[in-house]
Amino acid sequence: MEHIRTTKVEQVKLLDRFSTNNKSLTGTLYLTATHLLFIDSQQKETWILHHHIGSVEKLALTTSGCPLVIQCKNFRIVHFIVPRERDCHDIYNSLLQLSKQAKYEDLYAFSYNPKQNDSERLRGWQLIDLAEEYKRMGVPNSNWQLSDANREYKICETYPRELYVPRIASKPIIVGSSKFRSKGRFPVLSYYHQNKEAAICRCSQPLSGFSARCLEDEHLLQAISKANPANRYMYVVDTRPKLNAIANRAAGKGYENEDNYSNIRFQFVGIENIHVMRSSLQKLLEVNGTKGLSVNDFYSGLESSGWLRHIKAVMDAAIFLAKAIMVENASVLVHCSDGWDRTSQVCSLGSLLLDSYYRTVKGFMVLIEKDWISFGHKFSERCGHLDGDPKEVSPVFTQFLECVWHLTEQFPQDFEFNEAFLLQIHEHIHSCQFGNFLGNCQKEREELKLKEKTYSLWPFLLDDQKKYLNPLYSSSSQKFAVLEPNTASFNFKFWRNMYHQFDRTLHPRESVCNIIMNMNEQNKQLEKEIEDLESIFQAFVLRNET
Amino acid sequence: MEFAELIKTPRVDNVVLHRPFYPAVEGTLCLTGHHLILSSRQDNTEELWLLHSNIDAIDKRFVGPLGTIIIKCKDFRIIQLDIPGMEECLNIASSIEALSTLDSITLMYPFFYRPMFEVIEDGWHSFLPEQEFELYSSATSDWRLSYVNKEFAVCPSYPPIVIVPKSIDDEALRKVATFRHGGRFPVLSYYHKKNGMVIMRSGQPLTGTNGRRCKEDEKLINATLRAGKRGYIIDTRSLNVAQQARAKGGGFEQEAHYPQWRRIHKSIEREGASILIHGTEGTDSTLQVTSLAQIILEPRSRTIRGFEALIEREWLQAGHPFQQRCAQSAYCSSKQKWESPVFLLFLDCVWQILRQFPCSFEFNENFLIMLFEHAYASQFGTFLGNNESERCKLKLQQKTMSLWSWVNRPSELSKVTNPLFEANSLVIWPSVAPQSLQLWEGIFLRWNRSSKYLDEAYEEMVNIIEYNKELQAKVNLLRRQLAELETKDGVQESP
Repeated sequence: MEHIRTTKVEQVKLLDRFSTNNKSLTGTLYLTATHLLFIDSQQKETWILHHHIGSVEKLALTTSGCPLVIQCKNFRIVHFIVPRERDCHDIYNSLLQLSKQAKYEDLYAFSYNPKQNDSERLRGWQLIDLAEEYKRMGVPNSNWQLSDANREYKICETYPRELYVPRIASKPIIVGSSKFRSKGRFPVLSYYHQNKEAAICRCSQPLSGFSARCLEDEHLLQAISKANPANRYMYVVDTRPKLNAIANRAAGKGYENEDNYSNIRFQFVGIENIHVMRSSLQKLLEVNGTKGLSVNDFYSGLESSGWLRHIKAVMDAAIFLAKAIMVENASVLVHCSDGWDRTSQVCSLGSLLLDSYYRTVKGFMVLIEKDWISFGHKFSERCGHLDGDPKEVSPVFTQFLECVWHLTEQFPQDFEFNEAFLLQIHEHIHSCQFGNFLGNCQKEREELKLKEKTYSLWPFLLDDQKKYLNPLYSSSSQKFAVLEPNTASFNFKFWRNMYHQFDRTLHPRESVCNIIMNMNEQNKQLEKEIEDLESIFQAFVLRNET
Repeated sequence: MEFAELIKTPRVDNVVLHRPFYPAVEGTLCLTGHHLILSSRQDNTEELWLLHSNIDAIDKRFVGPLGTIIIKCKDFRIIQLDIPGMEECLNIASSIEALSTLDSITLMYPFFYRPMFEVIEDGWHSFLPEQEFELYSSATSDWRLSYVNKEFAVCPSYPPIVIVPKSIDDEALRKVATFRHGGRFPVLSYYHKKNGMVIMRSGQPLTGTNGRRCKEDEKLINATLRAGKRGYIIDTRSLNVAQQARAKGGGFEQEAHYPQWRRIHKSIEREGASILIHGTEGTDSTLQVTSLAQIILEPRSRTIRGFEALIEREWLQAGHPFQQRCAQSAYCSSKQKWESPVFLLFLDCVWQILRQFPCSFEFNENFLIMLFEHAYASQFGTFLGNNESERCKLKLQQKTMSLWSWVNRPSELSKVTNPLFEANSLVIWPSVAPQSLQLWEGIFLRWNRSSKYLDEAYEEMVNIIEYNKELQAKVNLLRRQLAELETKDGVQESP
């Protein structure tokens, strides 16, 4: 609390960004240890979590007061006018401090208390069990086994303890391969397709430089090929643009030389790196924030931000994976540089296209736990949970959610969850309210003792499941019903509900999804009422007969 | 003229048809006076029946003796015909070109079409101006019907009956007509019952460079405002364009002569004032604006019937030149300067509002798409001609069928009814931020991608709504039966 000098300011104005005549609400601004709260004269509350604050800006003093503009990571932008500059300054300073924590222990998750006891908390953490998930996929089996090579994080600090590898890959091969891969991230199983007996594997780039080879690595890739009885060749997908991969060779890294590996087919898919993605989103947000934006400026800004082009690149890569498995029966090994950004995007999205389980509420949680959290997507760095290097921040996971949203738009009946579910998950990767997304890898999370000190998000979402169900979901689809999205450019559109989630005036005033959701609920109640009425009716009839 | 003269090769075998979402099919191509037909003579493939008037442009290509005709339609569909034989192909192409651009309206399909359905209500009489006026006359006595234009002599593009201020007589109207472009003197477009404010429309005033005035015009416009009330004259053109119009004899109102009125060239904030709106002729952007305003303000215009009445009043009767504007469309490279998708743009605007208020409209997207199609190519006479005067001369009422006769039957209505509709008596203010506007996929991506999954999802939504109604009815019935049993029971038990 030492950062808070002023806890309450009255007569603050909240401007409506999108009204043409500078409409505003007047109310009181409160600063708490965790939130900034605005209560307007209608008693409507706007809560802003300190961790959601991306930037705070104090603009030049005007006749009506001192403007304070807050941009949030969930794309909320609020524009306050504080009557006295002194108050504005205090709040500004406090927010600067409160929104940038230096230590994990100061994050909200460590103080958040939803009134659960320890065993409830533990059960929450056990809700998603990755061992179960691998079993569901069909491993271990005669070709794939659980490796204990990384049980103590000795080979790779950013991988989970439990990894699945081809049965014929011995420990020395694994160890050898890991030394030839950036950050020790050697090829391991991400998804196993039981019907096709083909696999999606993931790793980081090889340390091949201009000519280096590693026999163990070559063996491990061959072992992956051989673990697929249906096809002798496998694809190696480098998700980077070719130029980037070539440039990496000068730093002793690079990509696989097809000549050194038997039976691989090498392929670049050209997804840009985290820096390009960060600046692309930045450009998009600048366009969105423009006051009195014209239609032309919106579309040319959207185009020049490149954002939708990047979304399409990720989607196309995922489709490549799904096709390799479905059409050619081939296994695929995916990597980028370190194998925790683009690789996570492509592997998870590819699996989601292939396996309908990941399109359910629970399955989607499992997918995120597996391909993102356990495989070391650096959530804390990418989301800027702590005051750190701004160059590590990048909307990689946001892009994944957007790809999924685009799929839900094309396949409105194939997902058990709705858009609100995606938005809620996005909210919480930044909220630091739950432990799931804190830290950058499993090892770090264990050191932070997150399972003892914080709560898992998933049980809370499941408790609230009703809000997140897609009323049009048709669960009859087969487990391996593959989605084949159309990626012609006209299918990619601006996700208003994400980037303008809090700008209510831009949205349809009547929500079809909500109406149908409520109607589904009502239908269930009516069914029950009919049952009850019929049994009363029966009772009546019986009584009158006797 | 006989169609036969234009059809040198009426029939070609072994033609291959390529069209969106269907596998290529081989069959016999037939040309009739109004249709291009491809029939495969197989039970399981659909025949193609394409109105020549739907064809916007054709390209032809030859590879050896095999010719290819690419047909681009006004509904934005593109199909391809592979025709064996160069001569046949050339003949077919020239026939299509001639038949799709017939000069004479009376040769068009609506004059030949014989309906195969039972007419329940003759659409030509569904929306009579007198009936429409009755909706207002209960609320105000400031306006009257005028028959000054019954011979189309005062204004050739106006209908015979218009609504004008009660205090202005027909003689004054005649004078005002000489001061307004195309004789389009100010008439009532909409009366807002909640506050008595009105929307009027007209053509531009013919002030010219020397600032000509017309006392009757000033009197008419000023007569529509009570003392102390303000009005806006919205000129849909930019100030610059409006100023340039003076050189050609057109112009704009001088505010000094219309003391209660302010003239503007942009949109205004909500405020509760009366409006006079015009551009140059008052037959295009003027009608887009007056009709959209009514969609926003008037719940009735969001019903099927009300929207049809709106099209009838604000587009057909008001003299939007459909024949000229829809003669060709986007694909045609040789279009005339009077071609313009003004009506499509209006329908797109309605679709945008429908997207934002999906429960406030009685009709769904299909209704708008259907109107778009029929405005460009139709078996019905409704959209033929440029104004009422032309339609009268063509005797459309006697010689053709009205689109409304066909649409307003239960079987058709069910296809265009919005299952989510719940009457909303409020004014619906749409968002016009660029982030709120979307590409109308139902029109512009219709032939580019399959809508199978979206259609299935829509079906499922309809099922849920239908099921809900069913359950409600069943619960009500059971409750009633139970109540009856209980009262009977009560009667029996009481001594």
